[in-house]
Amino acid sequence: MLRIFELIGRYFILMGKVFSRPEKAVIYRRRILYEMEAIGLDSVGLTAIISIFIGAVITLQMCINLESPFVPESMIGYATRETMILEFSSTVVALILSGKVGSSIASEIGTMRITEQIDALEIMGVNSASYLILPKIVAAVCFFPLLTILSIGIGIVGGYLIAVATDIMIPSNYVDGILVDFKSYSIVYSLIKSAVFAYIITSVSAFFGYYAKGNSLEVGRASTRAVVVGSVVIMIFNLILTQLLLI
Amino acid sequence: MIRAEHITKSFDGRTVLDDISVEFRTGCTNLIIGRSGSGKTVLLKTLVGLHEPDSGAVWYDDRNFTALGFRERKAIRKDIGMIFQGGALLDSSTVEENIKLPLDLFTDQPEAEKRERVDFCLHRVRLEKANRLYPAELSGGMIKRVAIARAIVLNPRYLFCDEPNSGLDPQTSIVIDNLIHEITQEYHITTIINTHDMNSVMEIGEQIVYIHEGRKGWEGTKEEILHAENKALNDFVFASAMAKRAREW
Ligand SMILES: Nc1ncnc2c1ncn2[C@@H]1O[C@H](COP(=O)(O)OP(=O)(O)OP(=O)(O)O)[C@@H](O)[C@H]1O
Ligand SMILES: [Mg+2]
Repeated sequence: MLRIFELIGRYFILMGKVFSRPEKAVIYRRRILYEMEAIGLDSVGLTAIISIFIGAVITLQMCINLESPFVPESMIGYATRETMILEFSSTVVALILSGKVGSSIASEIGTMRITEQIDALEIMGVNSASYLILPKIVAAVCFFPLLTILSIGIGIVGGYLIAVATDIMIPSNYVDGILVDFKSYSIVYSLIKSAVFAYIITSVSAFFGYYAKGNSLEVGRASTRAVVVGSVVIMIFNLILTQLLLI
Repeated sequence: MIRAEHITKSFDGRTVLDDISVEFRTGCTNLIIGRSGSGKTVLLKTLVGLHEPDSGAVWYDDRNFTALGFRERKAIRKDIGMIFQGGALLDSSTVEENIKLPLDLFTDQPEAEKRERVDFCLHRVRLEKANRLYPAELSGGMIKRVAIARAIVLNPRYLFCDEPNSGLDPQTSIVIDNLIHEITQEYHITTIINTHDMNSVMEIGEQIVYIHEGRKGWEGTKEEILHAENKALNDFVFASAMAKRAREW
């Protein structure tokens, strides 16, 4: 229990270092662009693939579960859209990316720690925490909401495609469904969540990498821990944010 | 001049440095020697402030480094170059970007001027045409040389080298040793080098400190080291057959 508080304390000390005055804006801009590519663009493919399949699967399951003369078929399109917006595209994508992005950040920074690259930065008088971590956080917080939008769109398309490909429902009913009762606030909620999750993933995994010590085994362990802790924290904040924003 | 005064450092209750006092002179190559695990790296990192000493102080000329805050230290750090045991080049940057980074951070020179300076430093370590390569594409000796180039790019007044030639063949080692020696004299730098290589000691050891199990065991010049009256030091020095023969001559 004491260890958890110590860990949280150290996390906030590190964040203090991360958000202290940046060295030189030009250098940060360059690094943010680089990280946008590494963290954001490189995740587009994975997000797209997963979203299209999940959209299709949700539609299929809705078809099976809502098979009743009292429920209009358009409900299926509606349910798919709401599931994608409210939960899947922000939370599930965040969990998946916490595996992909989180582990790569933790091992990258952890390796820099044990090979003294972080020491080398410190010797040059660079605030290494800010130099290494801030661009990642900024890039992820800006890019994850875009991934979420992408995921919502592709997921809904996935549902449509499965309706077209099978005769499980009439595609035009699906289209009617996704246009029913659209609340733009749901999108806002989803985007807020994804920005918060982006911050959690990058900062938590950077934290575990930054304090790695020892050898490559320890770096591996740090990256596993980053993913586990990151995922749990995401779920906790999912609950808190839902409570705060929707209820 | 860099001076350590009664430096003590321990990790988790285990003392690694025990009351070390020593003065490193400007314009000459100061060597810290000792067996693996004796505390050389910890001493070097304590001198540059990567480790805080539990007690004692480090002086850079007339400035008490240990007592300074982050901002004042940063001013001194501009004058510090350091070569790490494994090179510590940034993996995600090319050779040129690695060497240019200190210039990006601390100067407002135009890009062309920075590039020129990078080329000059690469030329200085005899590594032309490596600008576009990534650290993963370099040999061990090339990494060390790029690390030297990066360390000297801002014209440091203090140069720290943690085993600059470990893992290199004897010829390359001598080249690197002499390079550091040359730079030290040319720019009148205070250079401190960690090593456990007796060849380096005989080649460039102008002033030598021997660390034994975290304590200062002996201090002197390379002329004196062969005749020192210190059992542990003798064992260290004459571990190699060549050095043994050197004494018999
Ligand atoms: N960050 C640290 N935390 C705990 N113990 C450490 C740390 N750094 C070094 N030590 C310990 O301090 C002792 C001295 O280590 P150091 O790296 O200074 O040796 P060294 O003389 O540089 O050896 P080598 O020649 O192999 O590089 C070792 O026993 C090591 O276990
Ligand atoms: Mg060492």
